[in-house]
Amino acid sequence: MSVATSSEATRVAIPTRVQRARRLLSGREAGVAALAVVVWIVVAIVVKGFTTATTAYYMGLDLFPIIMLALPMTMIIITGEVDLSIGSMTGLASVVVGILYSWGVSIPIAVVVAIVVGALGGFINGMLVARVGLASLAVTIGTMALYRGMAVGALGTEAITSFPNEYRQFVTGRLFGPGTAVPTMVLIFVIAAVLFIAWLHYTSFGRGVYAVGMSPKAAAFAGVESLRLKLILFMSSGAMAGLMGAYWALRYNSARGDNATGLELMVVAGALVGGVSFFGGSGSLVGACIGCIVIGLLRSSLRLGDVPEDAINVAVGLLLIVTVVGPRAMELLKLKTAELRLRRSGTGRNRATNEDAISNHQNQRKVTE
Amino acid sequence: MSTALVARKSSSAIGARLKRLMKRREAAAVLATIGLIVLTGIVNPRFLTGADAIRNLWLTPSMLMVIAVAQAVVLITRNVDLSISATLGISAYATGVMFAEHPEIPDAVVVIVAILIGTALGTINGLLVSLGRIPSLVITLGTLYAYKGLLIAWAGSNRIVPSDLPDWLKELGVATIAGFPVLTVFALIILICVGYYMYQRPSGREMYAIGSSPEAAELCGLPVRRRVPVAFVISGTLAGLAGVIYAARYATISSLAGAGLEFDTVASAVIGGVSMSGGLGTVAGAAVGAALLSTIDRALPTMGVPAFWQECAVGALILAAIVLDRVLAIRNERRLRVDPADGSKPGRAGEQA
Repeated sequence: MSVATSSEATRVAIPTRVQRARRLLSGREAGVAALAVVVWIVVAIVVKGFTTATTAYYMGLDLFPIIMLALPMTMIIITGEVDLSIGSMTGLASVVVGILYSWGVSIPIAVVVAIVVGALGGFINGMLVARVGLASLAVTIGTMALYRGMAVGALGTEAITSFPNEYRQFVTGRLFGPGTAVPTMVLIFVIAAVLFIAWLHYTSFGRGVYAVGMSPKAAAFAGVESLRLKLILFMSSGAMAGLMGAYWALRYNSARGDNATGLELMVVAGALVGGVSFFGGSGSLVGACIGCIVIGLLRSSLRLGDVPEDAINVAVGLLLIVTVVGPRAMELLKLKTAELRLRRSGTGRNRATNEDAISNHQNQRKVTE
Repeated sequence: MSTALVARKSSSAIGARLKRLMKRREAAAVLATIGLIVLTGIVNPRFLTGADAIRNLWLTPSMLMVIAVAQAVVLITRNVDLSISATLGISAYATGVMFAEHPEIPDAVVVIVAILIGTALGTINGLLVSLGRIPSLVITLGTLYAYKGLLIAWAGSNRIVPSDLPDWLKELGVATIAGFPVLTVFALIILICVGYYMYQRPSGREMYAIGSSPEAAELCGLPVRRRVPVAFVISGTLAGLAGVIYAARYATISSLAGAGLEFDTVASAVIGGVSMSGGLGTVAGAAVGAALLSTIDRALPTMGVPAFWQECAVGALILAAIVLDRVLAIRNERRLRVDPADGSKPGRAGEQA
């Protein structure tokens, strides 16, 4: 076993193209992608009218804020933190856009202000988490209520509507002309996704994100400034929520205090379905995006299949549990069988070294992920 | 401290005890609650003098208190139960349906079944968290969706109205014993029972040990993987009971029963000094936090603040509470730190300074 793990380690160090491809196929992302394809095929057969352009178009519009917010959220979860206030920040930003517009401010400036407001909200989260050293779960549950309260307090039951047509048409536009499936927003998502993937997977900042999530102490010794890193991540999450608030106001043509309520749970669920570990240290943006797409597919197909809007939640909840518990159960099963095999082989190992070998194996897995 | 040790024993012992009590984290929440009530009473005397004013003051927090206590138990083990609101909703609706559509079932059985539904849902959470070794936030987020969806699928747009429910249940919602609401008495009894379990029973103390450091608890030989599900079973059971209280208190039950309460329970516990990172805080604190939250709910409109700002106040309160906890923790840590220079015993260094 020990020989095997060490040779595995050298292989990990310099993967050949074949091994890289094999690892990609056996990875969590591939599993989720396969799940997405299976869901799509089943739905396409079962649900009438699912393959039409209109369905795809509306699914794209609904999915856009979830998948965009999943980008910074994934990075935050990888550091071992979480941001539950994004739904409230999105709502607050949509209210800001609405109020500014009603004061006669032009939409582009209002959008910029919304992004700044979001970033400021993220800055407060980040300061409380990184500087003051509070648990992000507690902080963002607090700011979730705080920001939502501000949004609802500012407008009350009022809603600001009738945003200018040109901007609304831009937000709800279709990339390839009327009647086609792809919303213009896909373009914006692709740009954002490329930027975020480059940031997380190809910069030292991104490596720092994984390092902090895996072992904060080791990361500190390696010279990662985890405080600054977390602050930047929370701010980027807030800024993204600001942008999505603007999108929300324009897409639904309504700035209300209760916009985007519960959005944070969708985003977290998407990331977790996509294989991002809630313990921090592992996960990828591609996986998280595919996870969001699976949830989006499920939601829009069930909606088309005349399943009541809220009963869809059962499916989302079960999906979340199955995708998280499933691989974990497999892993535990594998460990158990490996343990049994080792014990049966009777090489005189005691249980301790046995567990050493197993935990080695786990660590290896974590590193390769 | 030193005066308390030297001077007249009997009176100063009480004084010291009182002092220690005042220093407790729960005292801050109690003072905030009393302060809020007094302030509201000054701004709008009807808050305290109107018909049923005092009764309502006690009655309002009863349901939230029960589930906040439940949430505190789970939080103390360094877990969280987000599905608590959905469990409450299912149990409340089940109570309503059994009364409305199956009058042949004895009343006591209805209540017991409603509570057991909560127990069952809590058991599912506990097993998933413990067997899968997955963060409870993830599991209970999943079961929150699933249970809520189940409730909506079951209830649809149906609604249990007061005429469906037996009179004794509706009267229970407003009944008083010597001017004290019965439901609040229930809530306090539950608080005392759970509090006794958490502070006096060995398995309750183990919950604290597990919450402060799961690894250390495991190394000490504590049955971590058997104890954590118990917290979820307690939480589910109490949520089931809270569902019955919901039915008694509101008498109108739809698929929306309990929606959004999961964050209120976490907020109550945190405001009352229960740490989200486990091992710290008391269920009594959570109950006080629940009282404070429910009082804010009623106080703000009475003071003329639009109800819309209430959530804002709750958020600010949560943040203030966790910052306060952090400050206290840092101060405590400093007090306990051994000064390597003079080598004095921990605990004395701070007092000398």
